[in-house]
Amino acid sequence: MLADIRDGDAVRMLERMLLVRGYEQLIVALGKGGNFPITCSALGQEASAVGVMSALGEADRILTNHRSAGHLMARGAEPGRLLAEVMGKATGYCGGKSGSLHISVKELGVLLTSTIVGGELSLATGVALSKKMLKEPGVVACFFGDGAACEGVFHESLNLASAWALPVLYVCENNQWQAFVSRREAMRNEHVSDWAAGYRVPGRTVDGNDVFAVREATQEAVRYIRETGRPYLLETCTYRLAGHYSLDDQAYVDAQELADWRARDPILRLREQVLAMGPLDEAGLEALDARVAAQLDEARRFALESPYPDVAALTADVLA
Amino acid sequence: MDQVTIEAAIGQALAEEMARDARVLTFGEGVALKRRDLAERFGAERVRNTPLSEAIIAGTAAGAAATGLRPVIDMLYIPFLTLAMDAIANSAGKLRYISGGQFSFPLVVMAQTGAGWGVGAQHTHNLEAWFAHTPGLKVVMPSNAADAKGLLKAAIRDENPVLFFTDMTLGFNPGEVAEGEAALVPIGKAALRRAGCDVTLVSYSKAVHTCLAAAEQLAAQGVEAEVLDLRTVKPLDEAAILRSVKKTGRLIVVHEGARFCGVGAEIAALVSEQAHAALKAPVRRITPPDVPVPASYALEQAFLPQAQAVVDAVLAICPPHAHPRGQAVFEPA
Ligand SMILES: Cc1ncc(C[n+]2csc(CCOP(=O)(O)OP(=O)(O)O)c2C)c(N)n1
Repeated sequence: MLADIRDGDAVRMLERMLLVRGYEQLIVALGKGGNFPITCSALGQEASAVGVMSALGEADRILTNHRSAGHLMARGAEPGRLLAEVMGKATGYCGGKSGSLHISVKELGVLLTSTIVGGELSLATGVALSKKMLKEPGVVACFFGDGAACEGVFHESLNLASAWALPVLYVCENNQWQAFVSRREAMRNEHVSDWAAGYRVPGRTVDGNDVFAVREATQEAVRYIRETGRPYLLETCTYRLAGHYSLDDQAYVDAQELADWRARDPILRLREQVLAMGPLDEAGLEALDARVAAQLDEARRFALESPYPDVAALTADVLA
Repeated sequence: MDQVTIEAAIGQALAEEMARDARVLTFGEGVALKRRDLAERFGAERVRNTPLSEAIIAGTAAGAAATGLRPVIDMLYIPFLTLAMDAIANSAGKLRYISGGQFSFPLVVMAQTGAGWGVGAQHTHNLEAWFAHTPGLKVVMPSNAADAKGLLKAAIRDENPVLFFTDMTLGFNPGEVAEGEAALVPIGKAALRRAGCDVTLVSYSKAVHTCLAAAEQLAAQGVEAEVLDLRTVKPLDEAAILRSVKKTGRLIVVHEGARFCGVGAEIAALVSEQAHAALKAPVRRITPPDVPVPASYALEQAFLPQAQAVVDAVLAICPPHAHPRGQAVFEPA
């Protein structure tokens, strides 16, 4: 699956974005039935996840935050096992012990989903130090939000990665919100990438709703990291189209702002591009939608039918 | 065997483990200067100075440990660990479990504890119970040079995060240490420092010496105290504690950490749950009052558990005529 996404033509990227979107919508639907955990979705941020991931390779390692479903699926995680994890089932990637907020998938190089805002920024330098000292190829990609960029550890992390020349790709997905606080209220700079210069790290902001722009910017960043061994800060400018968490109705968001960003939905945009470029026509897009829907149906069935963990798991894996 | 200080024993442990395993590295604020010999021997990659950034030092250690290195970080004084709690408690301690066992975190966090240097509350604090209270962490607190060396070597080899706390006033105490494998001291095993049959004194780190001094005084009065040095706060050597209390029937726990929700409370609960029938007297705890550590020497000494307080507590539960001098019964543990 990693290879698919690396080759990443438009249709494959669209399919992956549809899968991410469909998964998030499936979670909302399952949540409506009650008795389902609360989750944080990254609805509207699919181009950022798929664009960055499409430019990364198998040797690269990933750390991410509470809105990780898109990152995980863009990296090749199976929606069934992800959903099973969210539902606390034994077949989930972490045997049900993580839930939606801390999923790691070692086999895909995904070390951490951190729900401590900024926690991933704290560990990323160490993962990169391992890469450097053990002379392993690849970079460490660390996803976080504009809110995490306001945490002290963001600044400590960039400073250390720069001082020690560590191969970290910092990916700030600036979705304009920090839970219930607009980022305009919380920081005076327009772009998080502006902060990079103070640490002698290159910083760049890119349209996070344009999957091709994100992929191109990531490729450039990764090339820089490989050539210099030094960190890079990429900011993808995007928008959280759903509430902070599944019960949040977003009533506090300015209607015009929401409408403007809905008009920039990355999936609508890519569909139009695909139609214009010609790899698929309307019928082809419908077939694609159907394929994704079938995959999600299967994921849903798998997760619902999966067993809960044996209670013996309660005390397993505390210590190595 | 060599006579070296605890500080030097720690340096030896680091040197031996770094020579044995190329994945071991050490970093922290000023470490490359403090351990100049290691820096010269193992190079700047493996002995690193860091910026003044406790949170990222600890986070970097956690990330590195999860991906193949074995970092030992020096956080200087234990109060500074409050700035690194997220990485230690939420990451190093929890991520193995919540990842379903996918990752392990073989790292060591070193810091100094203990009152006596007059440096006041923001450099002096015994926070071992905070870490013992957090699942997924081990807590080691040696009282002498041999244990400092042997336990640090074991901590570096351990697959889990180990908090390694040394008392700053003990740092220059000399003691005998062994070399290489012979020096290893297993984590989780208490040491019997003195055998006795009338009362068990349980402690760790500097308080062990307080207990030994008290035991000397008590012996002169015909009371034989058994002194148990935990060496490891977590995992706790429950068997050693229960064995001793079942023998003596009396227990006093002595430590520098806060009494409320402290290590002594845990030990008292353990004994009441598992050795209640053996108790001839209530369990007592001797700890500082619930205050930050004052800087003034006079107040700092008043804060610290003193041998006289241990003697008084023992005599209150263990009449001096219980064992006339010369008739004490010694039993091997
Ligand atoms: C250390 C910490 N503080 C607060 C929270 C509560 N919280 C969860 S998500 C969130 C917002 C984070 O904003 P940002 O980093 O921009 O990411 P986004 O949610 O927008 O993707 C907050 C405040 C937390 N989980 N961790």
